[in-house]
Amino acid sequence: MIISIASGKGGTGKTTVATNLALSVPHARILDCDVEEPNAHIFLKPEIKEKVPVFIPVPKIDKERCNGCGRCKEVCVYNALAVLKNDVLVFSELCHGCGACAYFCPQKAITEVNKEIGVIETGNSRTSWGGDLEFIHGKLNIGQAMSPPLIRAVKKYIDPAGVNIIDAPPGTSCPVIESVKGSDFCILVTEPTPFGLNDLILAVEVLRKLTIPFGVVINRSDLGDRKTDDYCRKENIAVLMRIPFEKEIAAAYSRGMTIVEVLPHYRERFQAMFEMIRDGKKK
Amino acid sequence: MSKICITSRGEDLQSEVDPRFGRCAYFIIADTESGECEAVRNPNIDSSGGAGIQSGQLIAEKGVKSVLTGNVGPNAYQTLNAAGVSIITGVSGKVREVIEKYKNGKFQSTDGPSVDSHFGMGK
Repeated sequence: MIISIASGKGGTGKTTVATNLALSVPHARILDCDVEEPNAHIFLKPEIKEKVPVFIPVPKIDKERCNGCGRCKEVCVYNALAVLKNDVLVFSELCHGCGACAYFCPQKAITEVNKEIGVIETGNSRTSWGGDLEFIHGKLNIGQAMSPPLIRAVKKYIDPAGVNIIDAPPGTSCPVIESVKGSDFCILVTEPTPFGLNDLILAVEVLRKLTIPFGVVINRSDLGDRKTDDYCRKENIAVLMRIPFEKEIAAAYSRGMTIVEVLPHYRERFQAMFEMIRDGKKK
Repeated sequence: MSKICITSRGEDLQSEVDPRFGRCAYFIIADTESGECEAVRNPNIDSSGGAGIQSGQLIAEKGVKSVLTGNVGPNAYQTLNAAGVSIITGVSGKVREVIEKYKNGKFQSTDGPSVDSHFGMGK
């Protein structure tokens, strides 16, 4: 089973929900797909056992063979190639590594060379009550703009037989789509503020288009206004959980600790949410 | 023959210069010797990425010697530079006046991009 955690707006509590949920479900694994700014490790403190670099293939032009026909730039949907009278330019930061240019080059003038975009780190996190959590995250190299290939690489670590919790990046663009794609269920974490609601609505539109079942967690639920609740009721969206604005939770967060560590009764709440999602899927 | 390209908000010479290069509305291609002008609608306005590169190639293929615009980003700069097209930034006003000023030698080409990537997005 794959449960992804997304939000629309950043800073609503995706990682809080993802880490606490992962710690509350026995034998889960967490995959932090927010590769531009992974932070689940701060709370889970995993022992990293393996580091694997991730590459994308980018084109290299053999200028002897190239006759400037321009086929490569025609097939490149990312506009990563410029074919000029006397030169072909490769803008590797725009390249998604799809390989179309090399495949279609009639002169066989393009070879693909590996460019490192980031690294995947895997390990284990132990919980204070003896649990063991598989930990995987991707870290995009500084200066790289292309996160989807790294997110795909992180998702290769999904255990088809187990429970996989995916911590997605904020927003509603490609990295989010890549992260939540293929999920059995998506939890949208929001806060009851105008910004939280605005971006929640965008995220809901994305998930409906992807036909992924979803529900909402309202964080800092006792602040802000009632508009998020009204919206969920109107749209028939299940509110799975409310996390109040509690000083103990904020204090734990600031020390890099999870809610379930400081308020153990939250384990039951997260477990109940997991069971609700799992049983809802069975129906 | 000496062709220049001015990025323009509209398709005639009374239009204002478009301050963006890659995502400008129109390219006005003017032959400074014959006085002939051609307006090319920019097909790259809504490109999700690489608009500057595409526009750069388009202009290079037109055989343009100089580009006059408000700003140019790093990828467009690199493309135009590799194609041997000189770039003049900081240009504003009506297209017709810009052509006259160019003919009178009032502009100097720039030696680097004037804005960061994605400058012209969403405008």
